[in-house]
Amino acid sequence: MSDIKEIGCEAALRHLFEYLDRELDATRHAEMEQHLRACRACFSRAEFEKRLKGRLGALGQQPAPPEFGQRIKGLLRQF
Amino acid sequence: MTDTDRAFFEQEITGLLDRLYGTALRLAKNRADAEDLVAETVTRAWANLHTLHDRHCFRGWLFRILTNTFLSECRKTETTSLEALAEAHGETDEEPAFSLFDRLHQPFLLWWGNPEQEFLNKVLQQDLQKAVDALPEVFRVPVILADLQGLSYQEIAAALGVPLGTVRSRLNRARSLLQKALWQHAQEAGLPPSPTADESLFHASQTGEHHERH
Repeated sequence: MSDIKEIGCEAALRHLFEYLDRELDATRHAEMEQHLRACRACFSRAEFEKRLKGRLGALGQQPAPPEFGQRIKGLLRQF
Repeated sequence: MTDTDRAFFEQEITGLLDRLYGTALRLAKNRADAEDLVAETVTRAWANLHTLHDRHCFRGWLFRILTNTFLSECRKTETTSLEALAEAHGETDEEPAFSLFDRLHQPFLLWWGNPEQEFLNKVLQQDLQKAVDALPEVFRVPVILADLQGLSYQEIAAALGVPLGTVRSRLNRARSLLQKALWQHAQEAGLPPSPTADESLFHASQTGEHHERH
């Protein structure tokens, strides 16, 4: 973790979505966290994008209707 | 296929059913087609399970089948390929990403409290759903897989059969389009108030008149 460099706002914003998507390697992730702890503007932006992503995530959480669950169980029994 | 294969498959499908259904619903945009899409995906996955060598990759592999099944249904009715669509929608555009946060975080709005939090508190799930549904297919699919289902870029790349760089660029473009659509929606809904309306509120607040927040 000694390779952690100080990054500026431009670099932080460029990698913001990859950070939120947990796609950065450990060093880059730590650099982002360090920047977000120090920069109020980027922290606010990151919080906004995180909450928006959370709201979008809720769209994907549609439980399958019970009767459809039965249809799939029936299908699995045929295999 | 052995009993172990069968038990593994049943357990995985049962555990992933809600996520399969949730994804299919946003892809197909209606319940009947979403249910058929999942049923077809499960059937194809079982028929091809022997081709999956690393079972730790089951989730990405299954979503690949789901996505391909959906896209092949689309291709029956559309003559254009996803790549042509990407080109048509300017996938390689160098235009800067649209930031909803930057639009909301304007000095004239800041007196209003915290406009970006206000926006998130007031935007409805159905508004978000409409904005996702309205995205061109080529950008809608990766955003559904990443933001609605939390798949990794690697899994999305496998699902779409495209390189990782393409996943990144399509996601960037998708988010930019999505945020632009949400900004337009917010303006239509008066959320936040337009600069003109806001100015009048601002002047009113300075002259001591009381206004309710919308």
